[in-house]
Amino acid sequence: MTDRVADVFGTPAPHGRGTVWPARVDLHLDDGLSEADVDRWVQSACVLCSNGCACDIAVKDGRMVGVRGRAGDAVNHGRLGPKGLYGSTPWASSPDRLTRPLVREGGRLVETDWATAMGRVVEVSKALLEEKGPLSHGFYTSGQLFLEEYYALGVIGKAGIGTPHMDGNTRLCTATAAAALKESFGADGQPGSYTDIEHCDAIFLYGHNMPETQTVLWARILDRTRAEDPPVIVCVDPRRTLVAREAERTGGVHLAPQVGTNLALMNGLIREVFVNGWLARDWVAQHTVGVEDLRSVVDPYTPEEVARICGVRADDIRRAARIFGTSRAVLSTVLQGFYQSHQATAASVAVNNLHLLRGMIGRPGRGILQMNGQPTAQNNRECGADGDLPGFRNWDNPAHVQQLADAWNVDPMTIPHWAPPTHAMQIFSYAETGSIGLLWISATNPAVSMPETGRIRKILGGDQCFVVVQDLFLTETAELADVVLPAAGWGEKTGCFTNVNRTVHLSEQAVEPPGEALSDLDIFLKYADAMGFTDQDGEPLVPWRTPQEVFDAWTAITRGRPVDYTGLSYQKLRGPTGIPWPVNETHPEGTERLYEDGQFPTGTDYCETYGHDLLTGGNVTEQEHRSIAPAGRAFLKGAAYTPAHEPASEEFPLLYTTGRTVYQFHTRTKTGRSRSLNRAAPDAWVELSPADADGLDITEGDWVRVESPRGAIEVRARVGQVMKGAVFAPFHYGHWDPDGLAPDAEHRQANELTMTVWDPVSKQPYFKTAACRVVKIRSGDGPSTAPTTTASAPVHDDLPVTAGGAPTLSSVVDPTPYYPLDSSSARH
Amino acid sequence: MPHLTTYIGMADHGEKVLAESFRSTAQGHARLADVFHTCHTLATMSEQHRERLAPVIERYGEAHDVEEPERLHADGLGRPRAGEIGLLRDLQDLHVLASLVQTTWTVIAQGAQGLRDRELLDIATSSNAETSRQLTWLNTRMKAAAPQALIVAP
Repeated sequence: MTDRVADVFGTPAPHGRGTVWPARVDLHLDDGLSEADVDRWVQSACVLCSNGCACDIAVKDGRMVGVRGRAGDAVNHGRLGPKGLYGSTPWASSPDRLTRPLVREGGRLVETDWATAMGRVVEVSKALLEEKGPLSHGFYTSGQLFLEEYYALGVIGKAGIGTPHMDGNTRLCTATAAAALKESFGADGQPGSYTDIEHCDAIFLYGHNMPETQTVLWARILDRTRAEDPPVIVCVDPRRTLVAREAERTGGVHLAPQVGTNLALMNGLIREVFVNGWLARDWVAQHTVGVEDLRSVVDPYTPEEVARICGVRADDIRRAARIFGTSRAVLSTVLQGFYQSHQATAASVAVNNLHLLRGMIGRPGRGILQMNGQPTAQNNRECGADGDLPGFRNWDNPAHVQQLADAWNVDPMTIPHWAPPTHAMQIFSYAETGSIGLLWISATNPAVSMPETGRIRKILGGDQCFVVVQDLFLTETAELADVVLPAAGWGEKTGCFTNVNRTVHLSEQAVEPPGEALSDLDIFLKYADAMGFTDQDGEPLVPWRTPQEVFDAWTAITRGRPVDYTGLSYQKLRGPTGIPWPVNETHPEGTERLYEDGQFPTGTDYCETYGHDLLTGGNVTEQEHRSIAPAGRAFLKGAAYTPAHEPASEEFPLLYTTGRTVYQFHTRTKTGRSRSLNRAAPDAWVELSPADADGLDITEGDWVRVESPRGAIEVRARVGQVMKGAVFAPFHYGHWDPDGLAPDAEHRQANELTMTVWDPVSKQPYFKTAACRVVKIRSGDGPSTAPTTTASAPVHDDLPVTAGGAPTLSSVVDPTPYYPLDSSSARH
Repeated sequence: MPHLTTYIGMADHGEKVLAESFRSTAQGHARLADVFHTCHTLATMSEQHRERLAPVIERYGEAHDVEEPERLHADGLGRPRAGEIGLLRDLQDLHVLASLVQTTWTVIAQGAQGLRDRELLDIATSSNAETSRQLTWLNTRMKAAAPQALIVAP
């Protein structure tokens, strides 16, 4: 029996380099149940982080009662993290589920039937289309829906209505990953694989607190760093996270740059690679363009200059660069510390540059993982429910638009492709003025998760825009809607999704949704039917009735594109492991790594984008791209560092940064309803460095007010591991509280303070670069409730240790199953 | 070389007007965070061109006595316009200004080439390239703003 709140990563399984990661099946069932009590197990994969761990859902008496990892799956080898174990199922039978549609009557939301609710949506929708046309409609989705749902909505939005205003909250978590991949390699698509962990001799984690965001992946790394011949860890993070400690332990480096200076640091690392001659000259000459320009861009960033800008030691920069430059096989991972910070795309592209300069891509241990924040974010990017065109097609390429028009049998003029797709922040800006008159929000909670939430609430609550929200619960966002549609969640519907390393999983329906709740797909289809969208021959545009029909239509449209699903079917996905795309005639069992041959999807007629100016986001034109003639070579692109938009000042002397805790996901819609998880991290806090806390006369647990030019929170202080001058707040906590006990529920929302500002290329908002000040309000009556087990650990270790998760079971699987694409795996 | 001196003065003045106009567009549309920040970044670019040009102006001296080309001076943006359609018009004005600046650099580069003035040639060439970046962003932003501004904006 393991308490996985206290023991986040579970029992270790150390193993040497190049050997297969041992399998261990993790299991959790509701109180008092054992495996023998379970009626049936239903195949799925976890949606409580982006890792994509395969699991089976336990069903008893028509209810989901727990989960068990799937040993044969290449992603997790049977393991599950605390969020997956404790948080996957309790929400489903929560008494506050939405079970009937709601409409606003006299300022209040009242229950109604589907005909009335959908009738209202359709009435507003038709009137707006009549009066103002398609640009009056906006759709804001999620990183939580299934592939089939994104694709169906993509077709409805792009070919039915014809609006460019579609985006997901993926804009907040993963847009920079996509943008960086596109800028360097010509199209989205993760080059590396999780199996690179088994083969590398150094791992660089850039702004990626993996022990908190993807616990199972971190366990996989620990199983290497705690064994023979371990890889060296290099950590770039302003907090002394568990990654930073592992860097110290393995003889690596912890670089803690000042908030907002990532690009200067990266330019410094790249310069060292040039100066020390660590680049793979022949490979670079053959497989890249832009090396000379990059060299001149990074030239001013000497270690001393970088030390001055970033506040790190010049020797540490040299040391980190040497590790990168001299290791045989390096794996790099990147996440929100880069994606949500200043110059996000340029800094993330710089990680790609380092790998390209050393020709370190496409082979075991030599990988890049531009991570995702959410389990199905990848599908939003693939299917076109965000602004992108389905199948990684280029909106600026008429031939690509024609392919879609042919497939959907619509006029290509209908498909919005006249400008870059509208990003989330712009969509809300149009909704603010009423220029978008209907905003449809699915499976996300922008009233808590977006920057400057005070403004977002005003937009959603105002009369200038009709707001439709479909969700599992009456979230902070749903409370402001004009129509609320009750949705079925994970396990209550069938569909596929794809994780960070391109692995596709099928998640089957295990139980019936409560009351009148419908799957998001059924809701979209209901809308399409009521609107009567048709193709050029008058046939229904959206003829599908089942998820499988949508999936098959989707696979057909990916033919010939980098994201090729043509070899996949529901049948094939019912096998022992998820399968990474491309899957086609050439790669019938999927593809472990992209770009093994150093050929990139950069051809002008094939690429997903012609690229951007990394400083301004200005589009490169087709002619400019053609004149570069990349023809399969990757781009080395650089940009100069510029200071962040809101530096610390006398009035706001500290830098504010936000992030996650391991025990909660997003705005806690699911994890907050798990007793084990919620008790582990029940309330918000703010982290201060010991030096700053001393100067402000603040001790552990004191109530403090944190204020930026946009808003304030009042929460308890944790004197912890954040660097001096920086302040960290978790973004999970809105005013909803499962027990109604949080004393600060009305003033703890981290995004009250963040800025409305975004990256010029990826359009991802910067959640990690605001100035703030902190004042003590009153003394506390004990320590803050921040977890002690991870990056939020207190500076003094005399506090009670976070523990108390329900019992879970783990069993080692011997022999380790065979993983077909894993070169370290053996058949038995 | 009175005319080259005049053109150098035009570049200096043009960049000044362009920088001021970027800054006033930033202020006027501060609600749009990307316009606000990018316009400030692009204004800084123009200001840096002027800084680099300053020693050259010192060398060649300033010319105020040549009347004819003065007519080519563009006026600054003045007060920014309001709303989505106002943004579109402001971006268009900036584009006109930046185009004038760019062709001015092109002409100067030709002169610098003829004079074998490496310093001036380098300034004109690199400034020209950055003016292209300004124009590219303006084009991109106008294309993005146009449909909504023309069809739906209140």
